[in-house]
Amino acid sequence: MNTRTVPFQREVTSSPEQTQALGAALATHLHPGDLIALEGDLGSGKTCLIQGLCRALGVTSRVNSPTFVLINEYDGRRPGGEQLLIRHFDLYRLSGSEELEEIGVREFFHDPESLCLVEWADRVPDLLPAKYWSIEMSHLEDPADRQVCCRWVMAPSAAMATARGSEA
Amino acid sequence: MLILGIESSCDETAAAIASSERSVRASAVLSQMDHAPYGGVVPELASRAHIRAALPVIENALDQTGARLRDLSAIAVTQGPGLVGSLLVGVNLAKGLAYGTGLPVLGVHHLEAHLFSALIDSDLEPPFVALLVSGGHTELILVHALGDYELLGATLDDAAGEAFDKVAKLLDLLPPGQLVMGGRAVSASAEHGDPTTIRFPRALSGRDTLDMSFSGLKTSVLTYVNSLRNEGGQEALTAATPDIAACFEQAVVDVLIDRTMRALKSRCIDRVALVGGVAANRRLRETLAEAAETIGARLTVPSIALCTDNAAMVAAVGAHQFAQGSGGGRVDEGYDLDASPRLSLPGLQASRPA
Repeated sequence: MNTRTVPFQREVTSSPEQTQALGAALATHLHPGDLIALEGDLGSGKTCLIQGLCRALGVTSRVNSPTFVLINEYDGRRPGGEQLLIRHFDLYRLSGSEELEEIGVREFFHDPESLCLVEWADRVPDLLPAKYWSIEMSHLEDPADRQVCCRWVMAPSAAMATARGSEA
Repeated sequence: MLILGIESSCDETAAAIASSERSVRASAVLSQMDHAPYGGVVPELASRAHIRAALPVIENALDQTGARLRDLSAIAVTQGPGLVGSLLVGVNLAKGLAYGTGLPVLGVHHLEAHLFSALIDSDLEPPFVALLVSGGHTELILVHALGDYELLGATLDDAAGEAFDKVAKLLDLLPPGQLVMGGRAVSASAEHGDPTTIRFPRALSGRDTLDMSFSGLKTSVLTYVNSLRNEGGQEALTAATPDIAACFEQAVVDVLIDRTMRALKSRCIDRVALVGGVAANRRLRETLAEAAETIGARLTVPSIALCTDNAAMVAAVGAHQFAQGSGGGRVDEGYDLDASPRLSLPGLQASRPA
C-alpha cells in the first residue's frame, strides 16, 4: 500500500492521556510491515504515544522505555484479531547506524509481518525503509503542551513508483 | 560443589566461582570502556570486547581459587535479558566449555541473579522484599522463597538508573558524547546542593499502587532547566545545577522509599534488600536504612561490587539450581540453551491479593 490516510497532521496535546489517545488514533491506520519513526527531545512524549498505540493494538504487557536494552517486543493484535508482533526500539544510547546494522536491525525494519516503533529514529536516517510514518514531537511554551506532527514519508524512488502506479 | 558463573548481558564481562548460593570463592569483572569514544553503547563492539575479555576473566576467577575446570560441578551463565550479541558470547562460551569438560550448563535470569546478590555472605532468608534498581530495571519483588517471586510493582516508563543518565545529560554533567554512568555524576553534583529547594513531582504517589514512573520527573527537570537557561543564561543554570541534581535525586529516592515501605507494611514483611547498580547511590542507601529502621525492618545491601553487574550472583543462582537438581548432572543437559534477550523471570507471578 503506497499512499496512506494520515490520521492527523498537527495536534497539540496537554496531557499524557491526550498524547496516548493520538497514538491510539494512529494505531487504526497501521498495517503489518509498517515502521513508525519517532523524533523529539527527551521528555517530549515518544514512549507515552507508543504506550497509547500499543494499548490500542491489544498489548497487555508493560510498555516501557527500552533505552537500556535497545529493543522491547510485544504481542499485539490487528483490528481483525490476527496476531501482530510489535518491536519497540530506543536508539538513544547508540552512536550511529553502522553498529545498529550489525545487530540485524535492517531485517527488523524491513520485516513485512511485524510493526516497528523506533524512538530516536533520526539517529539512523539511512536505515529507514523507503516508506514509513514520521512522528515529530516537541515541547511548547506551556510545559504541559506537546506538538505532535504526523506524516507518511516516501523516499523519492518510492514516491516515483507510486506516481507511476496511479497514472496506470 | 563448585559452580563457575559467567555474566555478559550488557557492558561487563565477569566470571566467578561459588561453592553455594551464599558463598562465593572468587569473582572477576572487566568493565568495558570501549564505548566511551563512540558516545554510546555499540552492540557489536560490546560483543567483540566480551569475546576478548571472557577467557582471561574466567582464568582469573579460577586462579583466585586454585581450582581448574575439571574441579567444577557445573557452568552457570546469564541467559537473558540483555543485549543479544553480548548474551550470545557468554552462552556460547559456556556451552563450549561444557562440551569440552562434560559439565552441565545452567541458564540464569539476570534479575534472579540480582535477587541472589542479597544472599551472598548474608543470613537473609525469604520472605523478603527486594527493591531492584538499575539502568534497565526498577522493580519491587516479593521473594516468597527462592524460585517463588511476586512482582509487587515496577516502573511504568523509565528505569530509575535511566532517569539518572538522562538528567546527567540535561545538566551537562557528563563528558561529551557519554550517555551512561550518569548516576555517579548526578550524585556527585547533588552532594553540593540543597534537596529542598525545588519540588519536582513524585508521580503516582498517594495512589493505591506500588508502580512507579520517572518519565514525568525527567520532563519536569528538562522544563526547569530550559526556563532557567532562558531567563538567566548558562551561568544561572551552572550555579543551580547542584540544587537541581539534589532535588531530582531526592524525588527519585522519595518514590522508591515510599513504594518499598508500603510494600513491606501491606505484606507484613520485615526484611528488605536493595539490589542493582543504583544501590550504589548513597542517599538511597541511607534514606532506606532510616526508613526501614522506623518500622523495625532489617535492610540488606550487598557490597557495591555485588550490586553492579557481576558473575558472583550468577554463580550463586547456579549453585542453587545445581543443588536443587535442575542441572540434572547429565552431560548433555543444557546444550540447547539459547541466549534470550527478553527472557521472563522464572517463578515470577503478578501481584497476588495481600
